[in-house]
Amino acid sequence: MDLNTVISPLERALLGGTLIGLATSSLLLFNGRVAGISGIVGGLLTPTKGDTAWRVAFVAGLVAGGLLLFLLTPGVFSSGPSSLQLSSLPHLPLLAGGGLLVGFGTRLGSGCTSGHGVCGVGRFSPRSIVATLTFISAGALAVFVLRWLTGGLA
Amino acid sequence: MRQSFVSFGAGVLFAGGLGLSGMAQPAKIQAFLDFAGAWDPTLMGVMGAAVVTYFVAFRVIVGMPAPVLGLKFHIPTRKQLDAPLILGSALFGLGWGISGYCPGPAIVSLPTGSTDVLTFAISMLAGMGLFRVYEAWKTRRSSATASSPLSVPAANEPTVTRAAAPEERPFNPTGTPLPIP
Repeated sequence: MDLNTVISPLERALLGGTLIGLATSSLLLFNGRVAGISGIVGGLLTPTKGDTAWRVAFVAGLVAGGLLLFLLTPGVFSSGPSSLQLSSLPHLPLLAGGGLLVGFGTRLGSGCTSGHGVCGVGRFSPRSIVATLTFISAGALAVFVLRWLTGGLA
Repeated sequence: MRQSFVSFGAGVLFAGGLGLSGMAQPAKIQAFLDFAGAWDPTLMGVMGAAVVTYFVAFRVIVGMPAPVLGLKFHIPTRKQLDAPLILGSALFGLGWGISGYCPGPAIVSLPTGSTDVLTFAISMLAGMGLFRVYEAWKTRRSSATASSPLSVPAANEPTVTRAAAPEERPFNPTGTPLPIP
């Protein structure tokens, strides 16, 4: 099923974003938790009694949802490497380096796009607003360097 | 346990939102960050819709004495901007731009079994583990010497019983006594 024949990319973006907002709101409404995925996963690395089940359940839900998507509309995932198109640098090492930075940085910065970008900005937290602006700027810098300075499609 | 059911459901819903919105495609993420090139504003629309939805819900939820299933709200209380926040966010952003993945989409994409996602996810976990090591080292160091200005936040946000700020208390114009949360 090609989603784009049924609903436009803009509508998909707004609807998908609303679903994300509903999902994060539900976690707050029922469990009283911030849906910051880096925090949810990070908390699993130091398991605390009574604090683990809901984290595992949430991650399981992400995976289950991903599996459903993969079975029903696999086109929503990347069909091939994308950072390869930006840079002539070797692809998997880039992904590994990116992963390390994301893992370390989200823990040091206490959040990611869902925690800071959605939940934090949504409640006008100054820390989250600054964090979000920072990681978007840093991301833009990374893409700029990859695209313009290390070769790849102009 | 009901909290786990809700958590699971929220995860599925979150995954659905990510997939539907196109945020599980690294190319779309990097295209958004490509301000100087062929800019794709999709992520802005996604984040905007998510933020607006959460903002509205938060205003309502915040008036409640407690969450529906839990004992208390676990909302971060820190307000000050500090070096770990900025440095961490910068590092995260660099990694995000380099790979086009952040924690959510990476986990949602795991069922595809792609080498890209697995490489990223394993490295991400390694990075988180590295931070744990760094944290432990900092704790040992600061207990031996005076604490350094680059204070490291706890792995988990402090659990607090929220005392509602004046602007967040339930709407109570007549001032009649409210039940104690």
